Amino acid sequence: MISLENLTKQYGATAVVDGVSMVIERNSITVIVGTSGSGKSTLLRMINRLVEPTRGRVLIDGADTTGEPAHLLRRRIGYVIQGYGLFPHRTVAENIATVPRLLGWDEARIRIRVAGLLSVFQLDPGAYAHAFPHQLSGGQQQRVGVARALAAEPAVLLMDEPFGALDPIIRAKAQDDLLDIQRRFGTTILLVTHDMDEAFRLGDRVAVMSHGRLLQYDRPAVLLTRPADPFVSRMTGISDRAMRLLSLTTAGEAALPGASDGPAVAASASLREVLSELMWCGAESAAVMDADGTRRGRLTIAAILARGRPG
Amino acid sequence: MPGMAAILRLAALALLLAFLLTPQSFAPLFAPLTQYGAPPIYDQGNLLTLALAHLGTVCCAAAASTLVAVGLGILVTRPSGAQFLPLSRTLVNIGQTFPPVAVLAVTVPLVGFGEKPTLIALFAYGLLPIFENTIVGLQTCPAAVLEAASGMGMSARQRLLSVELPLALPLILEGIRLSLVINVGTATIGSTVAAKGLGEVIIAGLLSNNNAFILQGGLVTGLMAILLYDALAGLERRICRTAHLD
Amino acid sequence: MALTVPRLRRLDPLGALLAVAGATAVMFLPFVIFKSNRVVPGDPRGLLEVLPAWAAFACQASLLLAATAALGVSNARVRLGAALLGVTVVALAVAAAGDALTPAGNKVVRVAPGAGVWVLLVCLGLLATDAITRMRPGPGRRVLFLAVFTAAAGLALAHGTFDHLSVMREYAVNADRFAREARQHLWLALGSLAAAVVVALPIGILCHRVPRLRAGVLGTLNVIQTIPSIALFGILMAPLGALAGAVPLAAALGIRGIGAAPAAVALFLYSLLPIAANTVAGLKRVPRAAVEAARGMGMTNWQVLTGVELLLALPVILTGIRIVLVQNIGMVTVAALIGGGGLGTFVFQGIGQTAIDLVLLGAIPIVALAFSAAVVLDALVEVMDRARQ
Ligand SMILES: Nc1ncnc2c1ncn2[C@@H]1O[C@H](COP(=O)(O)OP(=O)(O)O)[C@@H](O)[C@H]1O
Ligand SMILES: [Mg+2]
Repeated sequence: MISLENLTKQYGATAVVDGVSMVIERNSITVIVGTSGSGKSTLLRMINRLVEPTRGRVLIDGADTTGEPAHLLRRRIGYVIQGYGLFPHRTVAENIATVPRLLGWDEARIRIRVAGLLSVFQLDPGAYAHAFPHQLSGGQQQRVGVARALAAEPAVLLMDEPFGALDPIIRAKAQDDLLDIQRRFGTTILLVTHDMDEAFRLGDRVAVMSHGRLLQYDRPAVLLTRPADPFVSRMTGISDRAMRLLSLTTAGEAALPGASDGPAVAASASLREVLSELMWCGAESAAVMDADGTRRGRLTIAAILARGRPG
Repeated sequence: MPGMAAILRLAALALLLAFLLTPQSFAPLFAPLTQYGAPPIYDQGNLLTLALAHLGTVCCAAAASTLVAVGLGILVTRPSGAQFLPLSRTLVNIGQTFPPVAVLAVTVPLVGFGEKPTLIALFAYGLLPIFENTIVGLQTCPAAVLEAASGMGMSARQRLLSVELPLALPLILEGIRLSLVINVGTATIGSTVAAKGLGEVIIAGLLSNNNAFILQGGLVTGLMAILLYDALAGLERRICRTAHLD
Repeated sequence: MALTVPRLRRLDPLGALLAVAGATAVMFLPFVIFKSNRVVPGDPRGLLEVLPAWAAFACQASLLLAATAALGVSNARVRLGAALLGVTVVALAVAAAGDALTPAGNKVVRVAPGAGVWVLLVCLGLLATDAITRMRPGPGRRVLFLAVFTAAAGLALAHGTFDHLSVMREYAVNADRFAREARQHLWLALGSLAAAVVVALPIGILCHRVPRLRAGVLGTLNVIQTIPSIALFGILMAPLGALAGAVPLAAALGIRGIGAAPAAVALFLYSLLPIAANTVAGLKRVPRAAVEAARGMGMTNWQVLTGVELLLALPVILTGIRIVLVQNIGMVTVAALIGGGGLGTFVFQGIGQTAIDLVLLGAIPIVALAFSAAVVLDALVEVMDRARQ
């Protein structure tokens, strides 16, 4: 659990982060969104003390982060940045081994860890361990960046626009992988983005920042249905907020008992996708199927539409 | 702080001119450096004449090397001369490892003492920086610009004169500046082979163990080199600004 | 009916130029200059006058071979081979001419290569350079070429092949001094370089970290560079002389107004700019994201500097060191004027005595040293750059 208490950073007279307090739950993904220049990166960098706060403090599991030297703190926290910052003069394996080496792990343990991470990130160790970063595609570099951040098994992972440089298809894949990784390792992830779709897709909770202030911090559905501020509703998108809301719920969660002779949809599909499918087929209802092929229930257009209304 | 720089520049120029025009008024300054009543100010020739001769030699050589180097640079970057380009580059690299003094020393036996070996050595050594910068300047013109120029119907000659050379001008000027500054120094050494120039003053000081002469010669050449460097850098900036090249 | 006429291969324009120049040199320029003693004006001798007919013929045949390769062969290896054969043959012919023209036991007559030989060597050298350039050898091969060439030249010199040529005559007279001045030359060039690295590297790092300092510091170092070397040597003589006069310890340490001290200090000052400027440029080239990531992963400032920044900047810093080393080897020459020693001693003595052989005794090793330093360091930079993309 990470607690930010009245965290403030001033450059000269301007506060680029202004009195932010929030609590980040363990084993969750928290996304910070905001327009460019709203202070997201500064907030993130105060957590691993790349930026020292002007006021306020950061507690990780109750302990003040200023209690130990900054570089030791950073070795316990994973950090991924836009552009990844892979070391161009070191191989993929050496890049991933950076923090374990700093921590003085023995070579055998490092080798096992690196090999394990490479396969988790779908990089064939034989082909890629000794490659240099410039020999990799953008998507591969991004995966190496995340693998490197996770190498020393940090409990907390900070990510600053980690998918910003990827094209849409690779980005979607990388986002799915991140959700997978989070479930697998149980890491507490704090991710910064300016992309609302990404925030809704990844975030268990989403924090909206503007001009250094935290405007609202809540579950995505609450941001849509009860925006605390006109800026938040502008950020979340007024014109398609109903559709966004539908995309937050899966067919499995919303399925009603009963049978349908309409098209079959997967339980993991979002309501938005089911609605689109029904409109396309001209059907009134769909049959919701589990991954193993058993029937979960049915969904009607009316039931879906009801889910798209606030309250 | 451009104001500060301008003041320094003017002060240096004023000092140089004052010393060259009325050297004797600086005698008290240099007197402590002399021993046994040796003259504190160079007395075997007129300092102004020497300085002008020095500058003349340097400028003549630089003008000649500019003409030849830019010409050659253009030649080897045209399609017809392209096969000479790799060799030219290698030669430029090798040439730059030749110390200017060695060039000078080897020229003397070929043409005898006096101005000639100095002029030849300065010419030869001055070629390199200008040639190299011309090549780099002409070769780094953005391909899109060249494409557009040709696409608008410019002939190869028009493209060279109105697009390539203007774009390469800052680099060419920089080459000329480098070569001039190296030459001011090398010309000093020319005095060891009896070329007229400020080196005479330093050599005279070395021969008669007169620190005042050495310092005078050194300071005047140093100031001249710095002022020349500065003036040419300023000229470059001005040309770039008026031509909107950055 | 298709006529198969062998297409006349187009003449190589560079080869044509070199062949014409070489032929002119062989026909119209003196091959060697014979002097009955060191100071009298020489009298020119042609190839046929000094060598037996068979030797002169063999020499001309080899040169013809080289010319043919230059004109009509496009294979770079063959061209290089022909050029090297030509160089070897010309060198041996000059040596043989020296042997032939020197009466046994005579140490007074002088036989020097004539203009014809120099022009031939330049033409063959250009042919070889062009061939090597076309072969695009990697850094290792370039150093290997240099080593082989140096070894061959060294063997020939040690064997006494050229002992009857005038430069080697000068060497024989000055052998002890030559070793001493060569050591002094290297010592001045390398010592000032080492001192400059120790000082300029931190300056460069500081200028990189504190951009406010950059313009001022680099500008000042640049001003030093524009001062002509002889002038700076001269200017430094006065204060160092005063220091030696005022501080006995300084004098005891060998610091004097005249001699190596002002030269070493001046060379050190000249060396600062290229190293500091290249350190700044190299550090600037380091990707910001890599530095940010390194800090974010918990490297200490020292680890970030040495393990990431300096390592990535190394090729550029080394380029600065290469510039300085080559520049120093040349500039040490001038130190002789203020009694600093080094190979320049021979150059200036030779100029003073109008003895070209003495000038060459100083100038040839200086150029060879500078050239070798450039080749080796360029290769090193390329290897590093390749390893650290
Ligand atoms: N070191 C700094 N000095 C001065 N201003 C800074 C510094 N770092 C960031 N800022 C300013 O703080 C604001 C917030 O920056 P940042 O946290 O990077 O925003 P975001 O990541 O949301 O785009 C910006 O206006 C930026 O210019
Ligand atoms: Mg940011």
